[in-house]
Amino acid sequence: MIRLINLHPTRGSGVLLGVLPLLLILLFYTGASAARHAENTSDKLLPTFSQMVESTGALVTRTDPTTGDIPLVADTSASLTRLGIGLAIATGSALVLGLVIGTLPLIRSTLGPLVGVIAVIPPIAVLPILFITFGLGEASKIALVVIGIMPAMIRDLSAFIAQLPQEQIIKAQTLGANSWQVMMRVALPQALPRLISIVRLQLGAAWVFLIAAEAIAADVGLGYRIFLVRRYMSMDIILPYVAWISLLAIIMDYALVRLSRIAFAWAHEGAR
Amino acid sequence: MALMSFRNVWVEYGDKIVLERVSLDIHEGSFVSIIGPSGAGKSTFLRLALGQEGPTKGEVLLGGEPLRPEPGPDRGVVFQRYSVFPHLTVLQNVLFGSECAQAPFLGKLFGSKRRQAREESAEMLASVGLGDSLNVYPAQLSGGMQQRLAIAQALIKRPRVLLLDEPFGALDPGIRMDMHALVTDVWKAHGLTILMVTHDLKEAFALGTRVMAFDKRRHDPQAPHRFGATAVYDVTLDRKEGANRPSESVPDAALPALGSR
Ligand SMILES: Nc1ncnc2c1ncn2[C@@H]1O[C@H](COP(=O)(O)OP(=O)(O)OP(=O)(O)O)[C@@H](O)[C@H]1O
Ligand SMILES: [Mg+2]
Repeated sequence: MIRLINLHPTRGSGVLLGVLPLLLILLFYTGASAARHAENTSDKLLPTFSQMVESTGALVTRTDPTTGDIPLVADTSASLTRLGIGLAIATGSALVLGLVIGTLPLIRSTLGPLVGVIAVIPPIAVLPILFITFGLGEASKIALVVIGIMPAMIRDLSAFIAQLPQEQIIKAQTLGANSWQVMMRVALPQALPRLISIVRLQLGAAWVFLIAAEAIAADVGLGYRIFLVRRYMSMDIILPYVAWISLLAIIMDYALVRLSRIAFAWAHEGAR
Repeated sequence: MALMSFRNVWVEYGDKIVLERVSLDIHEGSFVSIIGPSGAGKSTFLRLALGQEGPTKGEVLLGGEPLRPEPGPDRGVVFQRYSVFPHLTVLQNVLFGSECAQAPFLGKLFGSKRRQAREESAEMLASVGLGDSLNVYPAQLSGGMQQRLAIAQALIKRPRVLLLDEPFGALDPGIRMDMHALVTDVWKAHGLTILMVTHDLKEAFALGTRVMAFDKRRHDPQAPHRFGATAVYDVTLDRKEGANRPSESVPDAALPALGSR
């Protein structure tokens, strides 16, 4: 008998195995939804797929009379803008700070403990402070995303850079590199692929903070919409929105993987 | 005059004494093999020569001047591992040294400078047998080829001293022999001074013009960390410097000092 741990699926059967649970869930949902509707035709909890298409379709085809925008498009672009700006600020700062903390012992002693302390503050707890200081506009939502993910990103990246083999840093110096050159030519290029995987890891958290901020104070956005229609128990809108957010997250994750493989081929060569 | 001098050098970490009373001169053009039991302080000695750390007491001189406790381009180094940059191609790894000196901010050379640096690097790579692998990444090279690359990378800076810490420790025996021929050639061709740490006695005697063994002279069974190691055995081999011939034999006189472990 071959051990279970040594049984690998073939390429085709692997895909099949991966799709199977999703199909089962869909099937189960369809059955449950049909059963509830058979008993009560106005059931709101488990809408049928045609109901979802109809309700959400209205958000895509009809414009909002007060703003003149198509709701789904307006929500998506507002959320993605906030998320994009937040991610850009957090990633840029993490790169700069991670680099100096990781390579310069004096800065590490100065800022390392501070970053450690900030990283343990639950970001949602400071949301009221953000609303008070930045107001209820875009800035406070972007700030929550930034504050929510940046400390962990800085910590992870600086630790990674500090753990680059000492041999490389020494070698660079024997080749005439000064501090700036060690940072820009040894640490930075090796930090970039790591930065991409850190962004991938933090993407989920970034969405959480974005939706939380939008749920509390916003007039447009994917999170805003979900929490708005919750009052009417509109599962037929919430479920497609959740699916749409998930799809966006998957696309972003995939794009980051592709970017890393194309831009940093050397990092994906596999172990030596 | 000696190229490098160690004057009554001590290295201590906390209350642990690693090296004590190390006093020796390294002559220009010599090939010094350093042997000794694990933990004797061979790498520590090399780190002193490199300037990676300074001595607790005593002084290290290079060309008569006290050594700054910082690595610099006059001392090249090859470690057992991680000596090359994984994110640069073979050619870029060797170009790194020229770029640091000539393009301090951008790290990129242009025009004739660029052409000249590339030619010089490619030539150096050809001389260590990597002429056909200029554009691959180190991860695609075998261990032996990675060490060849590390040597070429160090040589491009024309260092006065080349420091090797178990450079062939991770290589297969057959490849080691090729590498021995390579370092010997490089040593002669560039008129280098080499300090090489090795665990292989044969290697030490085959390559070196001088063999040093580091070990503790005294042992305190209650507090073994309170005595440091020093060069307990130091012999200049009867061989004209710069005219090395491969030799497989270990002189009998060496055995009492080395055989105890
Ligand atoms: N930074 C340090 N702090 C404290 N102890 C250290 C430090 N560096 C080295 N040592 C100690 O110094 C001793 C000598 O270390 P070293 O690496 O020089 O030995 P070595 O002769 O190169 O050994 P090996 O053959 O195993 O490489 C060891 O006992 C080691 O634990
Ligand atoms: Mg060692």
